[in-house]
Amino acid sequence: MPIIKTEDLTYIYSQGTPFEKAAVDHVNLEIEAGEFVGVIGHTGSGKSTLIQHLNGLLEPTSGKVYIDGQDLWADKSKIRQFRFRVGLVFQYPEYQLFEDTVAKDIAFGPRNMGLSEAEIQDRVRMAAQFVDLPEEILEKSPFELSGGQKRRVAIAGVIAMDPEVLILDEPTAGLDPRGRDRILGQLKEYHRHRGNTVLLVSHSMEDVAKYATKVLVMNRSHLFLYDETHRVFKHAEELSRMGLAVPQLSRVFTALAEQGFAVNPNTYTMQYALNEIEDLLEGRGYHA
Amino acid sequence: MEQIISAQQVTFCYQNDEGESHEVLHLLDLDIPKGQMVAVLGHNGSGKSTLAKHFNAILLPSGGTVYVDGIDTKDPQRLFDIRQTVGMVFQNPDNQIVATIVEEDVAFALENMGVDPAEIRRRVDEALQEVGMYEYRMHAPHQLSGGQKQRVAIAGIVAMRPKCIVLDEPTAMLDPRGRSEVMRTIRKLNEQFGITSVLITHYMDEAARCDRVVVMDDGKILMDGVPREVFSQVERLKSVGLDVPAATELIYHLRQKGYQLRQDVIFEDECAEELARFLKEQNVDADH
Amino acid sequence: MLKDITIGQYFPGQSFLHRMDPRMKIILTIVYIVLLFMASTLVTIGMSVVFLAVLYRIAKIPGKMVFRGIKPVIPIVIFTALLNMLFIDGEVIWKLGFLSITKEGLWTAFLMAVRIIALIAGTSLLTYTTSPIVLTDAIERLMSPLAKLKFPVHELAMMMTIALRFIPTLIEETDKIMSAQKARGADLESGGLMQRARALIPILIPLFISAFRRADELALAMECRCYRGGEGRTRMKQLKLGGVDIAAALVFCALAAGVILLNLYLPMPF
Repeated sequence: MPIIKTEDLTYIYSQGTPFEKAAVDHVNLEIEAGEFVGVIGHTGSGKSTLIQHLNGLLEPTSGKVYIDGQDLWADKSKIRQFRFRVGLVFQYPEYQLFEDTVAKDIAFGPRNMGLSEAEIQDRVRMAAQFVDLPEEILEKSPFELSGGQKRRVAIAGVIAMDPEVLILDEPTAGLDPRGRDRILGQLKEYHRHRGNTVLLVSHSMEDVAKYATKVLVMNRSHLFLYDETHRVFKHAEELSRMGLAVPQLSRVFTALAEQGFAVNPNTYTMQYALNEIEDLLEGRGYHA
Repeated sequence: MEQIISAQQVTFCYQNDEGESHEVLHLLDLDIPKGQMVAVLGHNGSGKSTLAKHFNAILLPSGGTVYVDGIDTKDPQRLFDIRQTVGMVFQNPDNQIVATIVEEDVAFALENMGVDPAEIRRRVDEALQEVGMYEYRMHAPHQLSGGQKQRVAIAGIVAMRPKCIVLDEPTAMLDPRGRSEVMRTIRKLNEQFGITSVLITHYMDEAARCDRVVVMDDGKILMDGVPREVFSQVERLKSVGLDVPAATELIYHLRQKGYQLRQDVIFEDECAEELARFLKEQNVDADH
Repeated sequence: MLKDITIGQYFPGQSFLHRMDPRMKIILTIVYIVLLFMASTLVTIGMSVVFLAVLYRIAKIPGKMVFRGIKPVIPIVIFTALLNMLFIDGEVIWKLGFLSITKEGLWTAFLMAVRIIALIAGTSLLTYTTSPIVLTDAIERLMSPLAKLKFPVHELAMMMTIALRFIPTLIEETDKIMSAQKARGADLESGGLMQRARALIPILIPLFISAFRRADELALAMECRCYRGGEGRTRMKQLKLGGVDIAAALVFCALAAGVILLNLYLPMPF
């Protein structure tokens, strides 16, 4: 059974006014548990609206959302339970910090779940470990931390709910390369360790190519593609027409392939690129 | 060549809440000639934003001197001459737009400077055309996309007719489309109107297209040269938490394996070209 | 969605009411209010109402906008009307116990109700046809003589402008913070008054911190653009009194003359 399933999911903004617009239009989607999914699409493509349906922050205008086979909106009064099962980290999540210590802020989610004090403390420590926050920081005020640290505290606040699905909306926006690699590395480790489902919304094709096993592409409120990463990047031309940048390396390899070299034009990670060149030099060219 | 900005032996210290003194800049020397487009790189906390704030007298050096177009920034009599000479654009476009209508915002600096109304009108229209936002002159800022807002902010500076614009991570909060809009605008201002640009960024591909790259670390200048020269030092950049363009990295890894490739490749097209040359030299056929 | 709330009541258009100098509009609105309270006969109050209806027609403001402006004051109108009706002495036309309604009371109640409604509709016409920024600007200029008395006219106007600029931004931000806390299981919808008030803390603290950060950055950006207060400042848009303004002023003079004369020569029969 897929962990996330949508049936003709449609969401219409400002219904009944002249500004009426379908932000998500008849989306049918099935995501299996344990995937690391990259979610891409230009601004306004509907990807933010889509992810806010998966934890019940938005109610579909029509259509259904199922988490692990359960209809999200079957009983409105139980909707909060789904927010604990599907953790959503918003863009610039550090702007949601409010408690006077890091530990208390991370504990906000678990406390809302109604867990016991001991369990809350366990969850806080577990989450802090995943994002690499040292023990001594936990008693500090979140507002004294650096930008990258604040971001990690906010992510820990969602991880602490131990959700079955973790969704992150551009978790590395505005960070320097070191901060970016650090967070993505921690996420990968978290995914590997917990084995749960992760959805990463990103503008960086490089990051998606590097981490995601599957890619979901939204375009003009519709689901354009949901498939394995290498298959999605085969649609390089269509993706660039949507205003999505293809990874730099794939442009290099497309150019080489066009010149007649036996390389896979669909090459986007560094390791694969190196193998391609070495294979070629050793006389083992790529044959499509 | 004439220098628009000249920092000589600049040191900057600040006192934190506990009264400890922190040195952010240390005996730093930097000259920026008129008309140059310079990228400043460095991880968060390397001192690059602090340095930028010295270029229009928002901060004054604790030691040493900064000259802007020959004026010592410590001269309080010339404060507004300095601010007119070097304009500043910040990361968050929302937090630098003052007025509720685009054209009113672009006029803000000129109104402050006491420019004649007819002249303001002329310069506002020109500035809006230069950044490609003239059609939006009657819009409210919150109706615009991030890239558009940032271009309005740039127009607000351009209207002052500055000799130099300092941009502190102007694309950090934008999507790929917004980023390329803003970068195109900055490049156009530099090429067509000879406005010196100092671009602080985390994006290596943006830096690669500048005339010069300055790398900061720990309040000092670590590297300073044309992009090819700087980016070819892959290990040194990585050691201070920075990245290189993917094209450069691919070539670097191949060179590590002993292949004879040019080391100063920074763009995708020249990477493909260099690989093609090398493969042909190694007698790999391009017969596909 | 919070961001669907519109700020200000500006109703863009191209009519001459939209194009008039905002200073003249403010002055004429005040004149109109004075006239409303001078008009004390059926003929003159009727004239004032018809005049306003014509202005609404010219400005092409739909009738439902007028009603939207009036709706919130209806309870006040009913309350004052009742008071007037019951407590004014005169010729009794209906009596129940100690309650009595007089002819004079009925007339005053009607007159007051019409005055209050016309007053609200009249001032709404000003805000419907004038954008908030232009209105702020006009208030600043009308009040500029007060600056000589050290009254901070420019500063107040600047604050108004910035408030207008940032309200949509902060509303959007509140929306985002609310969603983010709800995603962490914050319960904003249930519980008693105290519980609900407490549930607002995780929203208000981030909102205030963000507002302060924005204020800080905005101040810096303003300094970078040579802001140094109102002194020596010029404005791109000069306000000039034009033909329409003079024409409008004349029309209002005619209305005023009509109201005064008809009040005198066509008084109420009682």
